[in-house]
Amino acid sequence: MIQRWLQHILAYPRLVTVLCLLLIIGSGLGIGNLYFRGDYRIFFTDDNPQLLAFEQMQQQFNKSDNILIAIAPADKQVFSAETLTLVRQLTEAAWQTPYSIRVDSLSNYQHTEAIDDDLWVADLVGDELELTRSELNKIAQVALNEPVLVKRLVSADGAVTAINITLQLPEQNLQQEVKEVWQAISGMLDTFKASHPDTDFYVSGVVAMNYAFAYEAENDVKTLIPVMFAAILLMLAWLLRSVLASLATLVIIVVTVVSTLGLAGWAGLFLSTATVNVPTILMTLAVADSVHLIASMQFALRRGDSRLQAIQYSLKRNIMPVFITSATTAIGFLTLNFSEVPILRDLGNMTAVGVMLACLFSLVLLPALLLFLPVSAGQHKDSAAGSADSTMLWLANMVIRRQQPLFWGMSIVIIGCSALITLNTINDEAVKYFAADTEFRQANDFLEQNLTGATTVDFVISGDQASAVNQPEFLTAVAGFTEWLQRQPEVQHVNSITDTMKRLNKNMHQDDPAYYRLPENQQQAAQYLLMYEMSLPFGLDLNNQLNLDKSATRVAVSLQNLGSKQLTAFESRALAYLAEHASAYSATAASTALMFAHIGERNMASMLQTLPLALVLISLLLVFSLRSWRLGVLSLIPNITPALVAFGLWGLLSGEINLALSVVAGMSLGIIVDDTVHFLSKYRAARVEGQAAEQAIRYAFTTVGRALWITTVVLVTGFAVLMLSGFRLNSDMGMLTALVILVALVIDFLYLPACLLKFDAKEYKTDATV
Amino acid sequence: MPQFKTSRSAILMLAVGLLLGMPVAADTDAEIVASREKGLQIATEQKQRDTGWGDSESNVLMVLRDASGNESIRRMRTLALEVTGDGDKSLIIFDEPRDVRGSAFLSHSHPTAEDDQWLYLPAINRTRRIASRNKSGPFMASEFAYEDMSSFELAKYQFRYLRDEAVNGVMCYVIERLPADKFSGYSKTIAWVDKEHYRVQKIEFYDKKQSLLKTLTASDYQLYLNKYWRPMLLRMQNHQTGKSTDLIVEELQFNVGRSAADFDVNVLERLR
Repeated sequence: MIQRWLQHILAYPRLVTVLCLLLIIGSGLGIGNLYFRGDYRIFFTDDNPQLLAFEQMQQQFNKSDNILIAIAPADKQVFSAETLTLVRQLTEAAWQTPYSIRVDSLSNYQHTEAIDDDLWVADLVGDELELTRSELNKIAQVALNEPVLVKRLVSADGAVTAINITLQLPEQNLQQEVKEVWQAISGMLDTFKASHPDTDFYVSGVVAMNYAFAYEAENDVKTLIPVMFAAILLMLAWLLRSVLASLATLVIIVVTVVSTLGLAGWAGLFLSTATVNVPTILMTLAVADSVHLIASMQFALRRGDSRLQAIQYSLKRNIMPVFITSATTAIGFLTLNFSEVPILRDLGNMTAVGVMLACLFSLVLLPALLLFLPVSAGQHKDSAAGSADSTMLWLANMVIRRQQPLFWGMSIVIIGCSALITLNTINDEAVKYFAADTEFRQANDFLEQNLTGATTVDFVISGDQASAVNQPEFLTAVAGFTEWLQRQPEVQHVNSITDTMKRLNKNMHQDDPAYYRLPENQQQAAQYLLMYEMSLPFGLDLNNQLNLDKSATRVAVSLQNLGSKQLTAFESRALAYLAEHASAYSATAASTALMFAHIGERNMASMLQTLPLALVLISLLLVFSLRSWRLGVLSLIPNITPALVAFGLWGLLSGEINLALSVVAGMSLGIIVDDTVHFLSKYRAARVEGQAAEQAIRYAFTTVGRALWITTVVLVTGFAVLMLSGFRLNSDMGMLTALVILVALVIDFLYLPACLLKFDAKEYKTDATV
Repeated sequence: MPQFKTSRSAILMLAVGLLLGMPVAADTDAEIVASREKGLQIATEQKQRDTGWGDSESNVLMVLRDASGNESIRRMRTLALEVTGDGDKSLIIFDEPRDVRGSAFLSHSHPTAEDDQWLYLPAINRTRRIASRNKSGPFMASEFAYEDMSSFELAKYQFRYLRDEAVNGVMCYVIERLPADKFSGYSKTIAWVDKEHYRVQKIEFYDKKQSLLKTLTASDYQLYLNKYWRPMLLRMQNHQTGKSTDLIVEELQFNVGRSAADFDVNVLERLR
């Protein structure tokens, strides 16, 4: 069957090439449909409960997409004429930001004051205000005593201030919109930086995060793909020692990447921070197939075969291993479909399709290409191969000689490392996805240290009827909650309508401090609010704190940056408080930070449930291809332990598991299983021929040892390239995957043989008859 | 020294302008002047046709909708008095929501000076003056700003005629209005005024960054006193937030016998 198929391919190489070309062009055209998305929503499915809560909140109140610009004057004195003028100018300029619906700053904070019998509502730093010493002192006095401002728009020591721009993105072309906003902000800040060289500006906020997601992905494309290409060229030169053979491999890699991206385009997928690295991963995986095929062909050429014969020999020898290893790798990546995160599913599917395409092109297009190209046999190959094989033989003998210490030693090491897994904790903080040297992360770290935490959680407390917010009992409950929040150690700032209510009550009583308390009855509260709302200028209304019929209010809390565990713990603590003390009202919590905090655990849970399934599938495939139940069961050892050891080591190295890492176990399983397949199939072949376990191990080492070593080097290099990403989801994933693959080779070489000698010493009589 | 520099470059620019751009510039200048004149002419006619109505009283229902379609209502009564030689006077008495019932908003508008505004709060039985520069904020949390509802005065805008265009089959003049007040929330508004009766059919509001913010559509026009057209439904759609507000006139009467005395500040605390 396979023979005849091979004959056809090799008989009509031109036809095969043309057909492949058509396939490549047809799918490649889909690249035109690909687009890029960098917003945080790509991490969440449409039915994600935290996303739904967040969107519902955004529809009821105004959006909370924002840009926060921190302003840090060199003299650490915000309340100077120069800095306040800057704030005033920047506030005015910020209104020009595309899609902005609101700008909050120290200067346009609506200060309320009782003057004579009137309520005076005006900008704290008005346009025409002369910034004399006494005015500056008065402004500082007001600002530093205003709970709405301190630790939100001005630091408690008056050294740093901030401008918050609320945006309402139409979300028609989010990527474009985010970019537009970012460019407007950078352009605006460039002007101010030039005129204020002593002042530092830092840009943070949800839209800045969206931009950073996109920017870092773009950076990955610009830096990682060239590095990957260079790495592959180096490896090919080292492994194949033939320019034309390397060229043929490059062709296979390129067409694989092009068709995969094209098919993704046809399927309506988009590129994202996760899938942008599919080309890098595919290059790594595709290179292995081609190298195996060409190396075998070169081997045949060296022993004097004609080119056609050499290709036939290579195909016959490699067709099954290449197919099986591609299939297991694809299965591994397909497990990502069980992830809670849509872009990780895309990553899995694109890579799985790409791996199978690489397999197809390696087995069909590559032979046709090799027929045309006068590929050389590769120089120095004999001596290199010879020395490699002798090294492998030495290794085999060493393993056999020291089988007892190796078995026990490795067992202890494996168990020890597995125990270290407990050092890991799941942690998903979107901010921490960015490396410490990225601009976004530095802005956030600065904010965290000097102004307020960048983590926010919004609580909505709803009464059961319109105007509930004005009821004294409702206000008392919200005020109680606000005070409780302020007492929590992780809370930096609470923005609550009750503070405004208290202030208005004071204003309405000639600014008598004794009246800084909640209004006495519903009518008073309602009418103070009516008056206040009538006095607010464009964009500075209360619609971000009160819903339409005033049945609900939003309490916005800023927290110091917390791990996802602590954040969800804070959430449940707060909701428990509300359930106990404000049981008459319903309460929900939502924010982007909460969405990320929950997704990590949900993702981990679903991935852990999938692992056994993937393991069973892949083991069945092994049982089938090895035609032995015993070896199938034994293969579990080298398949499972590398991930256990690597995650244990990760506990020592980092200890933080983010959502990209929770998919590594499933993903890498498909890759490392290749080693086991190759090793055990050779081992079994020798055993079936009647050789003893020891001899079979020597045979396995000498026949595939070098190939395993080579592919491991290629794969580890490829995934290590991802470590250069400024985006930790990618760099961590690259590092841990490389680690798993490396550990897998060590286990295959040092532990699997020892296990085989211990548990598979019986003769293979039964197998031979089956 | 800098002054000399500026003037020299100004002269240079003028010379270049004379040499190259003058005929074109003169043309566009003339066009602008003409379109401004026509704009003002149309606005004057619009104001003229709406003069002499005296006083009126109406019951108004506001229906507010958020982005997901949740509704909330406001009810109020309004009294209005035409003042010749100055801006009109108006009094709005709130009926719903219940907890602001009896609150009353009195406004004496002025074509150029800042309006005088007071709010009476029954809960504390006090009247407070409101700083009127902040008239750009939402009225009762609706999509209407107070400045959208205050009386139409020629001096408040600079007009420019743009083109003729039909709205819902009614032929209109399209007039751009630039607010004269720097405290306005808008950079400009564009109004569609029908040619036959000079009724506003539609207004687009542009925010300070020149983006379309809201569109007002006026419909169900009815004729009062055989002369004055009044829309019974005003719908304001916010394009940026997806929220909208319907302002429905449920009842409207003219010549109800109100006089300036009914719009005095001291009346507020005696209202029921």
